[in-house]
Amino acid sequence: MEQIRRVLSVIVLNEDGVLSRISGLFAGRGYNIDSLTVAPIPKTNLSRLTIVTSGNTAVLEQIVKQLHKLIPTYKVIESGTFVEKELALVKIPLNEDFNGLDAMLKAYNGTIASSNEDFIVVMVADDYERIDNFLKAIKKYNPIDMVRSGSVAMDI
Amino acid sequence: MELSGSQMVIEALRKENVSVVFGYPGGAIMNVYDEVYKQNYFRHILTRHEQAAIHAADGYARASGEVGVAFVTSGPGFTNAVTGLATAYMDSIPMVVISGQVPISMIGTDAFQEIDAVGISRPCVKHNYLVKDVKDLPRILKEAFYIARSGRPGPVHVDIPKDVSAHMGEFDYPDEIKMQTYRPTYKGNPRQIKKAIEAIANAKRPVLYIGGGAINSNASAEVREFARIAGIPAVETLMARGIMGDENPLLLGMLGMHGCYSANMAMSEADLMIAFGPRFDDRVTGKLSEFAKHAKIIHVDIDPSSIGKIVPIDYPIVGDLKNVVDAMIPLAKEHIDENKYKPWRDLLNRYDEIHPLKYEDSNEILKPQWAIERVGQLLGDKAIICTDVGQHQMWAAQFYPFSYPRQWVTSGGLGTMGFGLPAAMGAQVAMPSKTIINFTGDGSILMNIQELMTAVESKIPVINIILNNQFLGMVRQWQTFFYDKRYSSTDLTVQPDFVKLVESFGGRGFRVHTKEEFDIALEEALKSNTVCMIDVHVDRFENVLPMVPSGGTLYNMMLEYKE
Ligand SMILES: Cc1ncc(C[n+]2csc(CCOP(=O)(O)OP(=O)(O)O)c2C)c(N)n1
Ligand SMILES: [Mg+2]
Repeated sequence: MEQIRRVLSVIVLNEDGVLSRISGLFAGRGYNIDSLTVAPIPKTNLSRLTIVTSGNTAVLEQIVKQLHKLIPTYKVIESGTFVEKELALVKIPLNEDFNGLDAMLKAYNGTIASSNEDFIVVMVADDYERIDNFLKAIKKYNPIDMVRSGSVAMDI
Repeated sequence: MELSGSQMVIEALRKENVSVVFGYPGGAIMNVYDEVYKQNYFRHILTRHEQAAIHAADGYARASGEVGVAFVTSGPGFTNAVTGLATAYMDSIPMVVISGQVPISMIGTDAFQEIDAVGISRPCVKHNYLVKDVKDLPRILKEAFYIARSGRPGPVHVDIPKDVSAHMGEFDYPDEIKMQTYRPTYKGNPRQIKKAIEAIANAKRPVLYIGGGAINSNASAEVREFARIAGIPAVETLMARGIMGDENPLLLGMLGMHGCYSANMAMSEADLMIAFGPRFDDRVTGKLSEFAKHAKIIHVDIDPSSIGKIVPIDYPIVGDLKNVVDAMIPLAKEHIDENKYKPWRDLLNRYDEIHPLKYEDSNEILKPQWAIERVGQLLGDKAIICTDVGQHQMWAAQFYPFSYPRQWVTSGGLGTMGFGLPAAMGAQVAMPSKTIINFTGDGSILMNIQELMTAVESKIPVINIILNNQFLGMVRQWQTFFYDKRYSSTDLTVQPDFVKLVESFGGRGFRVHTKEEFDIALEEALKSNTVCMIDVHVDRFENVLPMVPSGGTLYNMMLEYKE
């Protein structure tokens, strides 16, 4: 059956062990986690996890139900209308020729996040597919390290 | 009121009306045991192994419908308990298990008898807690009992570090709780219920497929009433035995791998399946693509994740079964004509006449099925029937005449050998006026044999009937059928003298080779009022039939085994 990519926004009680319940659920039942981010929701006792997963429709339905079944789960949002963004950091040595880098950063909403005498760190925040493309394109500057954050999403 | 953590445990159990705790002490839970010594609210039964403490609490819960409670210590005490937790979890049994843990300051240091207990229990409990502050303990205990018994029931594990059980704190135990993130649905959606009734009214060949959820929901009376009004034939899973009562003309019997022919044919030929709290286990469905191929499916379950997990469902109804069936009954009276299904019922009854459950009795050698039928004739509804796991378990499910729910205590989902004796002890403690029979095997009984000591000490007079085939019989049967009779590691001819064994513990033992000896032994056992073991030597090569080989189809059962 066809594999569908799905973004889930999961609101859970911000308590000990809740992340292990969720990662354990995915591992134990053989579900995919493509990315997972987590942070507390300000002024509440809750946290928001953004999970990017994939599976056929039956598996995706089970994932949502199994997440609901966990006692600390408050809400699972799976609506198709998400603003979904991802952040990437790329470290490039200063001895590279930066010709064209400015234009590339502009095209991907990027900036230079940090620099010192040996390298610069560029940062982009964009849709996950565009991050894929950016990370391919940036290869020509021979980056020494790349980090991506995983998606964060907000339902609209 | 200021109490220590240990005192809070005792007080919470009192507030929850707990009358018995099964357990085994050790360093990390000694504070709690010190308070157990001082109190007289509940009885504490010392088992001789932690696994047995959990199974006993489980058997207590299955027989009574109340939450079973057990105490174990940290490290090996807890790891011994894991099989018990998993057994209860697979069968949705309400239980609260409290374990000791090393003091907070030592957690994470690989301290003596430290193990990540909540890490281990997570996949085999409904929920768990590591208590980090005594001020959270009353709330956690309240939640633990609430979660265990509400919604789809299940075991809850509470891990209490030794310093937390000594710390003092305010004991404020709420009567009621509402949890922000856990709110099970009890009432079925009326629109869905109406649609389901329409579907039933339009069906020609409906069948009730009843699972363990009907036991947990205490829905036997409602399910019987609904079946009667609608005139719909019913099949029961292993877990649901007793819901319809075997005298009920609408009950075809158990379905699945060792189900009866008419029950499996009913599923295969039905045009509508009405699933009341089953979970479509692979031992029931056989090959999925062929399972109930012609049927639309109504599935009532309190656990939304159970619906649509294995097969797509046409009419899902989330809710407590008792509640939902109660709402269905008046609609059924109005819209369903039971006469319509008469040809269907007649057809299924004919199937039952052609291929009833059967075995060939013998005068030379005792047949295991005969022993079960005989106990059924002699004790009937006076006995609660517990089992271990194997052939004897399937024969008990097939041949004992069950007449009410909670008369049947067996490990279904996990299939845990060693469950029988401790679970039977729990059932006996829950139901002191009943006779408790544990049908067990010569393999299984040795997996918690030490509990004979508990039974003697705590005066729990369960009667263990070993259907002794000198084999790990169920595995041997598969080797006969599917492995060219290569009996790899299943021959148990080397075995203890079970009579001497039980007598060394202080119980009574009987060895039986004939029907006459069987009757005498059972009569003696019933009179003895102590734990008994009847070692019944049965035909070694008897097979459980009929059988749907795993991956086979329900409509293509093996009815006989030919060499
Ligand atoms: C703890 C455990 N180990 C292994 C098994 C696999 N198993 C299932 S039935 C069975 C044989 C049981 O033998 P016995 O208790 O003598 O019962 P019989 O089948 O002979 O009636 C075995 C080994 C199991 N179910 N549980
Ligand atoms: Mg055996």
